[in-house]
Amino acid sequence: MEIFWFIIVSVVLAIFFILDGYDFGVGIIHLFLAKKEKDKEVIAKSAGLFWDSNEVWLVTAGGMLFMAFPTFYASVFSGFYLPLIIVLWLIIFRAIGLEFRSQFNFQMWRDMWDKAFGVSSLLLALFFGIALGNIVRGVNLGGVENGVSTYEGHYFFLPLWNSSFSPLTKNPGVIDWFTIIIGLITVVTLTIHGANWIVLKTNSSINNQLKKVVFKLNIALAILTAFSLGIWQIINPDSLDNFTDKPYLIIFPIIYFSGLVGLLFIKKLKKDIHAFIFSTLLILGGITSSLASMFPVILPSTNTINESLTIYNTAATEYGLSVALNWGIIGFILLFVYMIIQKRLMGGKVDKMDYGH
Amino acid sequence: MEDMIFYDRLQFAFTITFHYIFPQLTMGLSLMIVYFKWRYLRGKEIKYNNAAKFFMKIFAINFTMGVVTGIPMEFQFGTNWAKFSELTGSIIGQTLAMEGMFSFFLESSFLALFIFGEKLMGQKLHFLTGFLVFLGSWASGWFILATNAWMQHPVGYEILENGKFVLNNFSALFSNPWLLPAFLHNQIAALVTSSFIVASVGAFYILRNKNIEYGKLFLKTGVLFGLISSILMAFPTGDWNSKNVAKHQPASFAAMEGIFETEEAGAEIVLIGQPNMVEKKLDNKIAVPNILSFLTYQEWDKQIPGMDKFTEEELPDNVPALYYSYHIMVGLGTIFIGVMFLAAFFLWKRKLYHIKPLLWTIMFLFPFPYIANITGWYTAELGRQPYLVYGLLKTSDGISPTVSSGNTLFTLLGFVALYMLLGLLFLVLVGKTINEGPKPQTH
Repeated sequence: MEIFWFIIVSVVLAIFFILDGYDFGVGIIHLFLAKKEKDKEVIAKSAGLFWDSNEVWLVTAGGMLFMAFPTFYASVFSGFYLPLIIVLWLIIFRAIGLEFRSQFNFQMWRDMWDKAFGVSSLLLALFFGIALGNIVRGVNLGGVENGVSTYEGHYFFLPLWNSSFSPLTKNPGVIDWFTIIIGLITVVTLTIHGANWIVLKTNSSINNQLKKVVFKLNIALAILTAFSLGIWQIINPDSLDNFTDKPYLIIFPIIYFSGLVGLLFIKKLKKDIHAFIFSTLLILGGITSSLASMFPVILPSTNTINESLTIYNTAATEYGLSVALNWGIIGFILLFVYMIIQKRLMGGKVDKMDYGH
Repeated sequence: MEDMIFYDRLQFAFTITFHYIFPQLTMGLSLMIVYFKWRYLRGKEIKYNNAAKFFMKIFAINFTMGVVTGIPMEFQFGTNWAKFSELTGSIIGQTLAMEGMFSFFLESSFLALFIFGEKLMGQKLHFLTGFLVFLGSWASGWFILATNAWMQHPVGYEILENGKFVLNNFSALFSNPWLLPAFLHNQIAALVTSSFIVASVGAFYILRNKNIEYGKLFLKTGVLFGLISSILMAFPTGDWNSKNVAKHQPASFAAMEGIFETEEAGAEIVLIGQPNMVEKKLDNKIAVPNILSFLTYQEWDKQIPGMDKFTEEELPDNVPALYYSYHIMVGLGTIFIGVMFLAAFFLWKRKLYHIKPLLWTIMFLFPFPYIANITGWYTAELGRQPYLVYGLLKTSDGISPTVSSGNTLFTLLGFVALYMLLGLLFLVLVGKTINEGPKPQTH
């Protein structure tokens, strides 16, 4: 039952990153590449129409994590207190930018909120990547100093960084050079994803330019991926053991690499949706591979005194998990019905859609 | 430690108070939008359709604000109340996850369709999408109240050796005797807020001599809904809730009613007075004898235990705040009934649109339902103190063990600054929408 819920929460989280991920990417493209006013308008719209229903996935993932793995929820949310609150502020700031840019019709107003939208999207992508990096790297559970725990074994508190910025110290901070690399990978991935979304959903004048950008970023991503895998071996030499022990888990890295390879041929792809599917595979594969490499651990301990958090030592009891599975299935069926209805009515390019509620 | 508890509570109180400005309007307004849309379907008068679309614009702004201020609420269970989350997450996580699954998806999917899809789907389906938005927003209220009801009156749980609360009866979460009265009271209160907003916009248009047709429509509808909801607010829902508190949380009941000493022959009802915690009495009291006993138990001389019957440990930790919250809520509720009754009377006499002082009053009354709603929630939450889970888990045992008070103070200040900006933008946007008025469309 723990495994069931681990899969469900992972899927919901992955869907959140796939859906809101393109919103973040759109923001980054908007910040750096949208120059003409008309492009800015339509690119912002391609995120603005959808962000709030996409963020419902985050709320739902949070709720499910809370219900299924309460100890993990408590430990991670309080341990990553500062970065999480900063993420909340960025989410709020970004939403304000998107919703308010079109409310008044003068240049300075729009420019101001466009920048708010772009910068907070960039920082959010970076922070979500850093978060993933932290989870993979592990934390000093129990706040162990000189062999003695400061807190109960499943609690910790991370400073934003420590003076060495190194993941190899006993007490790493949220930001170190390893998590920064994972953050960059996330930024690049989501930028690719956002660019594909813009090409898919709009007729902006930079669509052709975006395809070239995706190609270049994809090569950068391949290099960064190889680099991070190497570094990961240094930080945690056992990091790939799961894949040798359970060969079927290889499917997840394969998903990732098929996305990576597929996007190399972006110029030859016949339909824009194909590129978007490939970047979706990148995100899906990236998240699932990271989780699969740790399974059943969900937060590694960097000390030897307190054991790592796993899906088993943080889960709720059998009864609660199985009842929740019943309503969860009903909920997902309803959800797919809504999505089909929405897709039928709001599919196609957004250029002509009425914006600004 | 004291510092940590204080700042964690302050931050939660601040963020939830600000958050709750928005959902209370969306919940009430969604029902009124459904009403307008229904009137349009029946009578084919285009003004009802325009009214529905106009208020959906205000709804959408509120919904956005509700989403972005709501995400921090869920996060804070983990960030600031980690111990509480760890111990009770397998129970309250159920209702919170269900809220996302069954209400937010419904609300957000169909809100987009309602706003963008009228021409694509025809009037009957458009009405249906509006109805589903209403259903989604009320479902959200239901799940949140179910969560709160469990904290006020825990059911369907067992406590393991390690102190964790685990669920052993799922359906008990929804048949909790606390839930239905609290839910109805809360939803009717939301309807009061939206009625007053609609009436206030109507009064504004009439006084400003602009959009007169809509001014009259909004005022009439607002007064009609306002009168009905204000009355339902007090009776039966308010009455039902206070009986529930008297039954399940007698110490809180004594504190909120301001009964310091038990009266053997029936308790008086306090209308006005200031709690004096040093001398343990009410200063400058105006009270009517025996009424409280009658209202609560329908017996004039039934004894109601006062605060003297409880130990310091059992009583809420901030009696004056609880007492004032409750009395402000009840006082405002009484005023609402009075004003709406008067307005309805003149509406019936066909004079309302010409009585300026009353129109001005209605226009400026709109902030007060918000105050009543929020003090109502303060009454529930302060009344539950010093517990998070009534009688079982102390508030002081629920905070995150690793987050220092300095960090919480820092993030609290950040929220204050950001929410000031958010509040300002909200007012500008809603003001702009109201000023532009409904778009007269004929199609």
